Amino acid sequence: MTPPHGNPDAPVSAAREVAEEAAKVPAGTPSPEAAAKEAGVRNGWGLWEVFVRSSRGLSHVHAGSLHAPDAAMALRNARDLYTRRNEGVSIWVVPADAIAASDPDAKGSFFESPQGKDYRHATYYTKSEGVKHL
Amino acid sequence: MAAQNLQSVPAEPQAEAAQEQARQHQADGQAYFDRVMAEDSRIEPRDWMPPAYRKTLLRQISQHAHSEIIGMQPEANWISRAPSLKRKAILMAKVQDEAGHGLYLYSAAETLGQSRDQMMADLIAGKARYSSIFNYPARTWADMGAIGWLVDGAAICNQVPLCRASYGPYGRAMVRVCKEESFHQRQGFEILLELANGTPEQKQMAQDAVDRWYAPALMMFGPPDDDSPNSKQSMAWNIKRFSNDELRSRFVGMMVEQVRVLGLTLPDDQVRFNEDTKKWEHGPLDWNEFQEVLAGRGPCNAQRLERRREAHDDGAWVREAAAAYAAKQQAKETKEFAA
Repeated sequence: MTPPHGNPDAPVSAAREVAEEAAKVPAGTPSPEAAAKEAGVRNGWGLWEVFVRSSRGLSHVHAGSLHAPDAAMALRNARDLYTRRNEGVSIWVVPADAIAASDPDAKGSFFESPQGKDYRHATYYTKSEGVKHL
Repeated sequence: MAAQNLQSVPAEPQAEAAQEQARQHQADGQAYFDRVMAEDSRIEPRDWMPPAYRKTLLRQISQHAHSEIIGMQPEANWISRAPSLKRKAILMAKVQDEAGHGLYLYSAAETLGQSRDQMMADLIAGKARYSSIFNYPARTWADMGAIGWLVDGAAICNQVPLCRASYGPYGRAMVRVCKEESFHQRQGFEILLELANGTPEQKQMAQDAVDRWYAPALMMFGPPDDDSPNSKQSMAWNIKRFSNDELRSRFVGMMVEQVRVLGLTLPDDQVRFNEDTKKWEHGPLDWNEFQEVLAGRGPCNAQRLERRREAHDDGAWVREAAAAYAAKQQAKETKEFAA
């Protein structure tokens, strides 16, 4: 799969990013036996990202994540975890490893196109100041 | 292992280049991190961060998560004996919130690279710490009031500044937690208020609960500043915004006002507002007791961990069944798709 930016080493999913980040940390790098133990206690419940629509007419917004064995349980868990106070009228759950993400190290180059293009904003045009309904 | 090999044999040109690249990555990362700190901006999971920053956060957030999970116990203990159906429903909602807070925080901790299962395993094995406050027993119904008012009150005082913590996922989790926590404090206050306006015995029960929870609640802010070696670094990293003593002093000031409304008293005759420093002061606290409880020798440490272990073991079949069902369904779908 071709990553959506110029860095071939960059992870393309949020879930993989967590695993890779963990491997990069000298202080927190688990020993082989700790890693084996960790694999042993894992119960196979995947990570899901939760998006909640707070009311009709608004878009779904990322609320957080949770663990669940399948989509149906992920939805139920999301309801119990993120909408205990009527925070939502609709929920999306997405397997975390299905999300492709831009590379944080490439912030500069990836998002540079709009830099200096003030003319894309209404505030750039000042001569019309004082003219009504404009 | 690999690093040792590199030292003993002449380095391959490729390995040197890789090392150089890694050094450069580290230097760029540190520069970016320093800039984020200087601008008081936020670090997100995929950003470079110093290993010690990651380690500190992982420790703090996971301990915080464990505290929420263990914190369910003193209150869950009273659900079946709450004095009315409405009170049971309220208490259940509160305990459910604590579970939710634990899960928000485990999620935040997971973004730092440790799995929730591993954190749970550490908690159950007795290797992880949690707030010392939950190792005190909840003896009477009035304790539900004192816990809500004093313990949740102290927690809010601590947590509101954490909403601005430099690590994005932690701050976002705290925003959610703080929103929900204010219901907890108010419901605790109301329980005490009703008892304080009840029979003399009820008022006595409320006072007794306040007397027992006051000092442990003040100690929730952590050791005095002179004795809190990690605080300075946490403040430099914009994780912590105010010192332990500063937050404790503010909390005492709030309680002085509120206890009057309750018609009760704080068990501390040295509480006063220092006109020179403009800060609230309180009597001495027993920091030996704090250390003892933290080290696992509090009144309920063993009981709390035992209960958590049981609950985890009792739930094993549910986790296994759900995973097995999911695997079966997936296999079925794959088969249908292939056919």
